[in-house]
Amino acid sequence: MTKSNKTPTRREAMKTLALGAGAASLPLWARYAGAQSSAPIRIGFQVHRTGIGAAYGRWYDRTTTAAAALINEGGGINGRPVEIIAEDDGTDPKRGAEVVEKFATQYNCDIGFGTLFSHVVIGSAPRAGELKLPYFVVSEGHHVASGMLNRYTLQPGITDVKSQVQAMAPFVANTLGKKVTMIFPDFAFGHDHRDYFTAAIEAQGGQVLEHIAIPPTETSFTKYFPKIPRDTEVIYHVMVGPAVLTFVKELGEFFGPQRPEMFGFIDSLEAVDISSPGLEFLEGTYFWEGNPRQAQADQSPYDAFYRERVGVDANGASVDDARDVSTYSHMFGCWETLHVVKAGMEAAGYAGPQDRASLIEAVEAMTDMPHSNAHPQGAKLFNGKTHQVFGHQYITKVTGGKLLLVHTTSIEDTLYPDEADYTTQAF
Amino acid sequence: MEIGPYLMLASLEGAVTAAVLALTAVGLSLVFGVMRVVNVAHGEFFMLGAVLAWWVTGLIGGHPALGFAMALVLVPVLVAGIAVAADMTILKRIAYDPERTIVATIGILYIIQQVTLMTYGPEARPVTPPFNTRLALPWVEFADGAPRLYWPWGLSTTSYKLGVIAAAGGVLVGVWALMARTRIGLLMRATQLDRDMALAFGIPVERVYALVFGIGAGLAALAAVLIVPIQQAHYLMGGDPLLLSFIVVIIGGLGSLPGTVLAAVLIGLSDGIISVFFSPTLAKILATLLVALVLVFRPQGLFGARPR
Repeated sequence: MTKSNKTPTRREAMKTLALGAGAASLPLWARYAGAQSSAPIRIGFQVHRTGIGAAYGRWYDRTTTAAAALINEGGGINGRPVEIIAEDDGTDPKRGAEVVEKFATQYNCDIGFGTLFSHVVIGSAPRAGELKLPYFVVSEGHHVASGMLNRYTLQPGITDVKSQVQAMAPFVANTLGKKVTMIFPDFAFGHDHRDYFTAAIEAQGGQVLEHIAIPPTETSFTKYFPKIPRDTEVIYHVMVGPAVLTFVKELGEFFGPQRPEMFGFIDSLEAVDISSPGLEFLEGTYFWEGNPRQAQADQSPYDAFYRERVGVDANGASVDDARDVSTYSHMFGCWETLHVVKAGMEAAGYAGPQDRASLIEAVEAMTDMPHSNAHPQGAKLFNGKTHQVFGHQYITKVTGGKLLLVHTTSIEDTLYPDEADYTTQAF
Repeated sequence: MEIGPYLMLASLEGAVTAAVLALTAVGLSLVFGVMRVVNVAHGEFFMLGAVLAWWVTGLIGGHPALGFAMALVLVPVLVAGIAVAADMTILKRIAYDPERTIVATIGILYIIQQVTLMTYGPEARPVTPPFNTRLALPWVEFADGAPRLYWPWGLSTTSYKLGVIAAAGGVLVGVWALMARTRIGLLMRATQLDRDMALAFGIPVERVYALVFGIGAGLAALAAVLIVPIQQAHYLMGGDPLLLSFIVVIIGGLGSLPGTVLAAVLIGLSDGIISVFFSPTLAKILATLLVALVLVFRPQGLFGARPR
């Protein structure tokens, strides 16, 4: 939006009058009256509406909308309403950088937010740094904590792959087997799995027999499976993209009744109904879940609240359509990140883009985030130096067609030594 | 996995690819052969077939086979209808001029793709196969000097995949019979040989064109209906079949049906085998290299007739 200094035309004057009338007619707006400025805080939401991340994007969108509505009901941030400005990036790194640029220069957003796919984050974050736009990603990739990005990029709402796989390795080695074959998507996110799980399982006395990398745009998978060595005890699978259901089905068809133990990252089944035909073989297999999609017996009141606000039923599907399964293990990150942004802006007394640096400093100063409505996935520990949050991880087992929780890791299980210190970088 | 079972699995996977590819490429080849139109939107007719198959099977409850049978009959007809409409409203208006039809079909490609995105959405959606049983396959090994059957790990296929191969074979025979044994096939071949002479003999060339464009798109749609229970319907799924169809049609010889089928089997099987033994990227590289070699040394394709 641009403002002109010309005398208002009749049409503009009419618009202003109409806006004034609208404001007067809405007593809800009075809540924001105490703030110095009642202009909304504009959050640029980089969403994967199309491309290989579309299923995630749909649910990131719903979660973000629900979180913003909740924050606005509670009086907004510093007395100002939150406005989400969503723009599709096509799950494409080049487009991602352009979207970040639009947020900063065209839409006058206060921050950028919400990117998931690691190649898009890696493609967009440098531009956010150049434009000095705080960029809150919800990506899981290790690229934030590895020091690869910049001071303007933070990941306070979702844990990274390195900490996740490190916490999973003891369970895999001790419960399932020590000879592992890994199947992962062939891009940054999959490479994080390959590198950190291989190291973590070796630390447990296990070994990875074979790494099978599959392009995330692949549609047919059987041809990759003969590379699985005969003496594999555990298949470690993680897949993304539009064909995940085909991937899991063909994995089942390949093994038939003689399957080895299986440990999967739920990414292989995000947005997929676990009771889909062809997935019966998953009974008795294990999954990492960032946040269990099935409402568990000991469900926390925070999870119940979050589930209800986003519109997810007890099986992890949309309350409107039981076939529309959510990306429950990832989308909580949007909810939690927006609450971190709120807390950070309030701590920094954020009033406008001139306070962007103090917003980042305020977030960097955070440590403990208690289990609450703002953090329904569980308690978390934020590391201001590496800009990465750490939290509990969940292992569920497919039992009677449902994902039931069998193990919860501690936050300590997921910690590793710092690899970067962004606080030493200048703004 | 030992080399023998490995090769057998690769061939089975390759045969499924080849079957679907042959149908799609024959559609493309037919359109080029008769109309001299390079149909860049061919992959989108394929995608449309998959998406409509999802829609039709969703409309019909009961046993999955019922919905699938409906889709198998209805969807190619629907897609052919759309293609005929596109032919009459667009291609006919630009007089089938070779350059302008390429640009026009690129336009059709984007219109179909984006309309699908706007209506069906960006999700990949599954279609339940009408029948699907895992068939473990035996292999022979020599133990103590005598041959013996055993069942290696992972050497399997599904009844549905075999069904796809059989169905594709049946349809190809049907297309051949249509071209070689029927009156309409005769008209098509006459138009292909010499458009002006056909016109002079009173063949309604424009109607033949519309029909051929419809049949070409219908074949792509049929291939998609067959593959959609294995893969899933997605608005971007038309890209790969288009590329592979062009590869097949160029290698086989534009406008030659036997050449197209042979090239589809060659590309499908080599894609399956090379993907299994090396990498899928290498398979694509080799296929493209083969196209380059064919274009250099035998530009009319393996089976194509030299231009007169």
